[in-house]
Amino acid sequence: MGAAGVVHDDSRAAHGRASLEGQGRMAGLLQRAIDRSAPAVVLTIDGEPVQARAGDLLITAVLLHRTALRSFEFGPGARAGFCWMGACQDCWVRLADGRRVRACSTTVEPGMAVLIEGEPAG
Amino acid sequence: MSPLADPVVVVVGAGPAGVRAAEVLVRAGLRPVVLDEAERPGGQVYRQPPAAATGLRFDTYGFERRKAHAIHGVLVDHGAGIDYRPRTLVWNVFERRLDLLTPQGHAELHFDRLLLATGAMDRVVPFPGWTLPGVYTLGGAQIALKSQGIAIGRRVAFVGAGPLLPLVTHQYAKAGVPVVASLDATPFGTKVAQLPGLLASAATAAKGLWYVGRNAARGVGVRHGIRALRVEGEQRVEALAWRDASGAEHRVACDAVGASFGLRVEAQLADLAGCRFAYAPDARQWLPERTAEGRTTVPGVYLAGDGARIGGADVAELQGRRTALALLEDLGHAVDAPEAAQLDRALARQARFRRALDAAYPFPSHLLDGVADDEVVCRCEGITAGALRRAAREKDVREVNRTKALTRVGMGRCQGRVCGEAAAELLARACGMDLGEVGRLRAQPPVKPIPIVASTA
Repeated sequence: MGAAGVVHDDSRAAHGRASLEGQGRMAGLLQRAIDRSAPAVVLTIDGEPVQARAGDLLITAVLLHRTALRSFEFGPGARAGFCWMGACQDCWVRLADGRRVRACSTTVEPGMAVLIEGEPAG
Repeated sequence: MSPLADPVVVVVGAGPAGVRAAEVLVRAGLRPVVLDEAERPGGQVYRQPPAAATGLRFDTYGFERRKAHAIHGVLVDHGAGIDYRPRTLVWNVFERRLDLLTPQGHAELHFDRLLLATGAMDRVVPFPGWTLPGVYTLGGAQIALKSQGIAIGRRVAFVGAGPLLPLVTHQYAKAGVPVVASLDATPFGTKVAQLPGLLASAATAAKGLWYVGRNAARGVGVRHGIRALRVEGEQRVEALAWRDASGAEHRVACDAVGASFGLRVEAQLADLAGCRFAYAPDARQWLPERTAEGRTTVPGVYLAGDGARIGGADVAELQGRRTALALLEDLGHAVDAPEAAQLDRALARQARFRRALDAAYPFPSHLLDGVADDEVVCRCEGITAGALRRAAREKDVREVNRTKALTRVGMGRCQGRVCGEAAAELLARACGMDLGEVGRLRAQPPVKPIPIVASTA
């Protein structure tokens, strides 16, 4: 968890790889394998500001920082998407404005406020 | 002459089949409507990054880059000649009307002719741990890389039963992502046996061999004949374990797994349009009936590409063109017979290659023999194999829609896309019946979740 005002960046250049991987919640599920230059986009996940890049899908933007998109509503565990092509419906996420969007087919927008209720810490 | 002065011709899908079909229609003087769920054309095989994703310098399409770029360009090049509507979901077909979810909300669209090019998705088999965060389909793992420059993890394992496995393995290794295992659930011997047929498309076979060779040179050898697999982890993937053909157990630490077993047709709209389906034992799938020219059992409704039967992107392009010619012929247009004949010859050549490829990579149905009672079959609602078998036993269920009614398998958000075939396989085993005898899940509108406000607006 960052101090107030700190925006967590996913890029290796900004923070170095070690700081990305070794810090509990900061170790996201995904990694940026091909670096690319694009304007930064700040969104929030459960109120915490994190940084993504223009053109990131929401599944990318969230899972670079977290290990799940939502908790599973019919039992234990969490879900983080599956098919990446809008077919399996596993990656629906809730936004604070009331919208529910499919993270694999939604491009991240500045100020998006993602809610991941019951995401397991770590 | 055409009985319709100004027919509304609608193409659903902007992958290789839909795009090539639209091109032929526009050339004949029509202005087709092309509806596509994605933001940009290409389908999944030639999926493009979001328009805002600048600076992604990666040879995403490899050997196929020229084909991909050609497909991406068609709709743009024709400008207003094609009524191209991206970000539009078709969620129902009712008589001659489509129900749409557009960026502006709910809409209806009348059609006189409908050409469905709805593509395919990964074919999924449940295994222990398959719902853990970090497990994706092979197609999903590939889309993450090519549309985002994203790897599904830092130490990745892949499992498959088709040509996508060596390709994705190659693409990840090339991007510098450690691939710690690449496991093929089909036996090596089937590929050797099919080599003569595979050479019917020598260039494609050579590309496949090149990926295998590159993977071996990087030290990522593909292991064949995997009998069972299991993903281990608490909150996320921690390891992949498998049993090989000799019965020996193996285990490798990893933080992500890409696993799927060939492809399945995405045919819900054909079902809602009333097309008759038939069980194809060789594909181990129910497929909408389609003539070689693309006609279905419903007059005015046509099918092209992987949404009718898995044939790959090259076949999809050829079928898109051929099917559009059939549609034009049925509208009363004069059709270039030599062009149609040339497409038919090319498709026949591709069919020989495809038969060999399908035989080289048979669906690994043995993976469904060992599914335990506590294993989740329906990932939407967490319904287990045990619940399905109990319904079969106690209620004497022998048909998969009855299983759905009693257990809710196939009733969740995905509408059975992910679990439907696996549920049928398990039901057939539980009843001692052939897969073709337990039926297929009927499609229900909406084929994908839609917001209620949109449908009542």
